[in-house]
Amino acid sequence: MKTKPFRPDVDAPEYKGAYAPYDIIKEGTIAIVVVGLLVVLLATLFGSPDERAITIKAWSNADPIDFATTALGELNGTTITAQYGAPYNTAAPGQNLGPLRLAQFAGVTIPVNTVRDFVINPLSSLPYDRSLSAALTAWKGASASQQGTWVSNYTKGATKMTWSNGIISDPASNTGPVPTMINKLTAMARSGALDQALVTGNGFYTTNYTKPLLFVADGTYLANLAQKQHLLGSQWGMMNETGSYPGQAWLWLYTFWYQVSPFSSSSNADLQVSAVMGLLSLLLLLLPFIPGLRSIPRKLKVYRLIWREYYNG
Amino acid sequence: MAFLWSLAALIPLDNYGHYIHWGVIDISVANFIVVVLMVLAFLAALFLPFPGRNRRKESR
Amino acid sequence: MSTAEIEKQWTTRLRKRAHGHLPPEKLLPDTQPAYVSSWIYVFGVTTIAALVMVILSGIILALRGPQWWHSSSVGHFVNSTHLWSVEIFFFAMIVHLWGKFFMAAWRGGRSLTWVTGVVTFLTSVGTAFTGYVSQTNFDSQWISTQAKDGINATGVGSIFNVLNLGQMLMWHIVLLPLAAVILTAVHVLLVRVKGVVPPFEETNGASK
Ligand code: HEM
Repeated sequence: MKTKPFRPDVDAPEYKGAYAPYDIIKEGTIAIVVVGLLVVLLATLFGSPDERAITIKAWSNADPIDFATTALGELNGTTITAQYGAPYNTAAPGQNLGPLRLAQFAGVTIPVNTVRDFVINPLSSLPYDRSLSAALTAWKGASASQQGTWVSNYTKGATKMTWSNGIISDPASNTGPVPTMINKLTAMARSGALDQALVTGNGFYTTNYTKPLLFVADGTYLANLAQKQHLLGSQWGMMNETGSYPGQAWLWLYTFWYQVSPFSSSSNADLQVSAVMGLLSLLLLLLPFIPGLRSIPRKLKVYRLIWREYYNG
Repeated sequence: MAFLWSLAALIPLDNYGHYIHWGVIDISVANFIVVVLMVLAFLAALFLPFPGRNRRKESR
Repeated sequence: MSTAEIEKQWTTRLRKRAHGHLPPEKLLPDTQPAYVSSWIYVFGVTTIAALVMVILSGIILALRGPQWWHSSSVGHFVNSTHLWSVEIFFFAMIVHLWGKFFMAAWRGGRSLTWVTGVVTFLTSVGTAFTGYVSQTNFDSQWISTQAKDGINATGVGSIFNVLNLGQMLMWHIVLLPLAAVILTAVHVLLVRVKGVVPPFEETNGASK
């Protein structure tokens, strides 16, 4: 029988030396006690962060204009969600890696129509109100192009939008039912009813917050708070935690790519970074099988420190 | 268990964090401390003598 | 039934195979090769210990449900122990990974040990992530609305909806911990089957 040549980075020499007592159960017990004490110590000293969740109610009370502008964007189809593409809608082709449009291939599985889901349905759930009812009837009875004209007229005045005495005013004319709808939705948001309407669209029970989260993320309120907490993507925010707690430091490489060219300026950054990280994870996974890479530890000789007693005889 | 009911963190870290900027790198002080401790733990594991060897050597 | 027939039973064959690969003295050895003498070896056990703490604190949080910790100081303290066990878990696991890399601990038929280690690491990253988005606070609102873009871009978002709290919580407290624990068990059993990797052989100063 021919023996294969010994490959030092793949094969291990046979050990014929001495054995010494080693109590693994005692070691494990000590580890659990030490780690347990350390955990209790750190928890007692530092606690853990818990910034309260924001609500649409809080957002629209803190910044009614930002809320109204976002609501208008949902109606106008200009928000992030409205222009997202898969899995929410078909408004955009989504990111691609060459010919690979993975999101588009996967399809619209979580349909969100911002006009219907964020404006019309919530307004329709409100108790009867004559002006609102008239506005909704006018909206539903109008052609798509008529709706578009109203909304784009209102949008032209939106930069001069003002908020006083609980009313959003926009100087634009020929805006049809849009001012009433925006005002009623803002009032609904400020009362807290919109928070509820966006989740109860699913019925009595829900554990799904897709719609309110998408709506909130379309405004600037959430992002402004996040920026103060140093959580933006451009701030390496993925690794960070609210307050001054340590965060997911293990995401350093993933978030690193977003900071450097070409990813930092790419419109396909998410997909590209995912691809790079997928590849690097595969390299780590298959390290024992990759010639060259698997020789690094033998060449670096750090192992001589670990096994110095063995080598020093 | 009663003490738990009043158990608030002694040094809560809820204030805005501090960040270290160094070229493209932007890391929170908290994360930086964790990374430094990891490197120190690794180096300590390499360099500190593991107990019990001498006794064992004598016995063999 | 004849002994030959008994020998052929699936049960008998499974027991014999298990015993052949992992006799009790290999599963719970009382000695180790003399080269197993470095602090670096304790980081594997430390990772297990931290995982135990993560799971225990997670179980206590589960007893009262996902919102308990916002309103109870006991709940908040338990949450703090959960967070810090996770930080220690990753800390120990990464130092363990560095150590195993510098020992090239995949040698001598141990590549599957390395592979299960890396898969456990990736699974743990996913487990932590789903935990962060299940916090039901500002942090989870921000992380989920940010992370959705990365996940949606890969197409995975079509079935893995990070904005669906119920779905994320299920992944965080059932599916991923189960996977992490099973993977860890396989990983550690493989170490016991193969024994601890021997040092590189060196002839006149240079490793062979
Ligand atoms: C939940 C995570 C993990 C746990 C609980 C764990 C636990 C352990 C334990 C207890 C040992 C034996 C004692 C020791 O040498 O430290 C071990 C060995 C090993 N681990 Fe891990 N490990 C984990 C993750 C990893 C990772 C991420 C890697 C590498 C990518 C890895 C690679 C290895 C290798 C190659 C061995 C064999 C060591 C040898 O033969 O000397 N493990 N692990």
